[in-house]
Amino acid sequence: MITKQTIEAYWRENKVVMSLIMLIWFVVSYFAAIFASSLNSIIIFGFPMGYYMGAQGSIATFVILNYLYSMKMNELDKKYGLEEE
Amino acid sequence: MANDAMKAWSKKLRQIYGVYTGVFVLFVIALWIGESLGLSQKYIGYAFLFGTIGVYAAIGVLSRTSVVAEYYVAGRKVPAVFNGMATASDWMSAASFIGMAGALYLQGYDGLAFIMGWTGGYVLLAVLVAPYLRKFGQFTIPDFLEERYGGKLPRMIGILSALIVSFAYLVAQVTGVGIITSRFVGIPFEAGVFLGLAGILVCSFLGGMRAVTWTQVAQYIILIVAYMIPVIAISYKHTGVPIPQVMYGQALQVIESKQKTLINDVKEIEVRQEWKKKADELNGRIKGLPDTWQQGKAQLEEKIKSIPSGDPEKAKIEKALKDYPKTPEEAKEKWTAAMKEAQAMSKPPKSYVAPPADTKGIINFLALTFCLMVGTAGLPHVLMRFYTTPTVREARSSAAWALFFIFLLYFTAPAYAAFARSEVLTNIVGQAFTALPAWVSKWAAVGLISIKDMNGDGIIQFSEIIIKADAVVLATPEIAGLPYVVAGLIAAGGLAAALSTADGLLITMSNAISHDLYYKIINPNISPSTRVKIGKALLLVVAAIGAYVASFKLAIIVELVAWAFSLAAATFFPALVLGIWDKRMNKAGAVSGMIVGLIITAYYIIGSRFYGVDWFGIKTIAAGIFGLPANIIVALIVSRLTAAPTKELQEFVDNIRYPKGAVRGGVEE
Repeated sequence: MITKQTIEAYWRENKVVMSLIMLIWFVVSYFAAIFASSLNSIIIFGFPMGYYMGAQGSIATFVILNYLYSMKMNELDKKYGLEEE
Repeated sequence: MANDAMKAWSKKLRQIYGVYTGVFVLFVIALWIGESLGLSQKYIGYAFLFGTIGVYAAIGVLSRTSVVAEYYVAGRKVPAVFNGMATASDWMSAASFIGMAGALYLQGYDGLAFIMGWTGGYVLLAVLVAPYLRKFGQFTIPDFLEERYGGKLPRMIGILSALIVSFAYLVAQVTGVGIITSRFVGIPFEAGVFLGLAGILVCSFLGGMRAVTWTQVAQYIILIVAYMIPVIAISYKHTGVPIPQVMYGQALQVIESKQKTLINDVKEIEVRQEWKKKADELNGRIKGLPDTWQQGKAQLEEKIKSIPSGDPEKAKIEKALKDYPKTPEEAKEKWTAAMKEAQAMSKPPKSYVAPPADTKGIINFLALTFCLMVGTAGLPHVLMRFYTTPTVREARSSAAWALFFIFLLYFTAPAYAAFARSEVLTNIVGQAFTALPAWVSKWAAVGLISIKDMNGDGIIQFSEIIIKADAVVLATPEIAGLPYVVAGLIAAGGLAAALSTADGLLITMSNAISHDLYYKIINPNISPSTRVKIGKALLLVVAAIGAYVASFKLAIIVELVAWAFSLAAATFFPALVLGIWDKRMNKAGAVSGMIVGLIITAYYIIGSRFYGVDWFGIKTIAAGIFGLPANIIVALIVSRLTAAPTKELQEFVDNIRYPKGAVRGGVEE
């Protein structure tokens, strides 16, 4: 039997995970774009960092975020006994 | 499915696609050997075209089905990795495959809005929507809207938005199929469209979502192999290291330093002044319309009379007369486009890596990125794919895999663009017109590159080269000096990208009509087999309408696709996310939100594109930036002013929020 408390606690933790992921998502895409011209003065392996964040850095972060989210949620499911049979 | 059965099934799939990839590689190698033994380019083109379409059709035949759950959601047994590949090729269209690198080449930093927008949306999708849709577990997005909000109205709005958003997109894919087949195999555009559609239809018609899924996996493998080979070769040629994604930093440095020297180059300035003159002249002609249109026409007609027949000049003028705008309105459209091009060419090259310098530019960049991200997470044909996984857990992991497979291509696109630009700057600029490389003349012949000695010095200046976006990916094999087989491979990849997306869209639209409209609203008493039959019949109808509209080759189609993102962002996305994350959201709120979002977005799109409406300088393409927040605000306010959803509905929301157990109302068939 799943109690209301379990669901609420599960959902609270889910919201924390969601907010963290959305925060990182926002920073690597929008902040990186707003500060792109200052970031461009840093050059690594020929890549100006402002351009690099838009072209590759942000999207690599997105992939990692989705992977971490999937892992973390599987853990949460187990912790609260809400995983699929 | 039980766990062990699932594992065995995944293993079997891995074996099948492993063998398939091997056979495909052998096929390419065989054609390559054939080419070196003298096989003509025409037959290589045919082999790629018929070979790949044949494979897709065969998969369709092998996965034919009439069972409802198989037809609509592939039996819900697509493992995460494979659903990831299918979603990736469902998602990546001809525009991603051929146009993306070109947009980066032409726009520099500004083009990155597409890279971030079309990948960042998958984070929203994975975290906010996909797992919950899977838990809900029916067949379509309108299903969810009706179940969550109650009543037929939310479903109707869902159907309408799905059809509007998907149709423009479908026409663009069908056009893409026609262009690729006609360019590479030399068959007429219409025949190419017909052939491509036949391939799509055999597949979706026989096997619905099941066949579409397994074909999309096959198409992903072809498109990613095709995308990687040329750029790896060019990276090796330029830098000696075959890892383009890491090595194009060098190309960026070359671009920046070369472009700096061009800003004050005397010859370049000369050419830019020529462009300026041309722009001014066109501007004068546009201002003088319709008289200038009359005069231009009369002049050509006069000229043609004065030249004796048989003179080669005569054919030239006949062609000019044939291409001359038919009406003053057409003249205005054409001349304005030419003037804008001339104006752009009259400016010195701006830094390739610098973001927009003015606030308006930055705001538009951010707004566009945002609309593309949210729109991606609201496109019905992508959302549908998450119904096909066996579990919620697999839906989450499949969103991660989908993004990974998309990432492989998008991570590489900037390298294509940078290598192509550095090649143009180092090996073409400064050459004599008599020493043009072969690839330039080849693509100039079909109009993808235009190059003209504006200042008459016999030397190519940077400002004299106009490259169309599509040329970047298409010409890379020749720039890198690869055999023709690779060009054929690129064509097969572009075709796979267009066909896979068209497949997903066709099935989304036919389901919206057969399942959502006919079965759920008009006649709920039909048998499952009749439902599938109606769905199949509609596939043919929608495909035929799509092909018919594509045959006009309307220029507006490309714009329509971009607008689809704003529309999806302003309608579907808020209704889905609020439905899951806000328990207090009710029917009145969601419906009024969707209607307001749709109206505001459509108003701004039409107003800013055709009637000069301008809010904060936002461009038409980012219209969703107004509709989306309007939708959310209206939905929140209206829902708080009206009665809370019933206790059952609130329990339903609770229920879709965690993976365990079945969902009330989620009838499995």
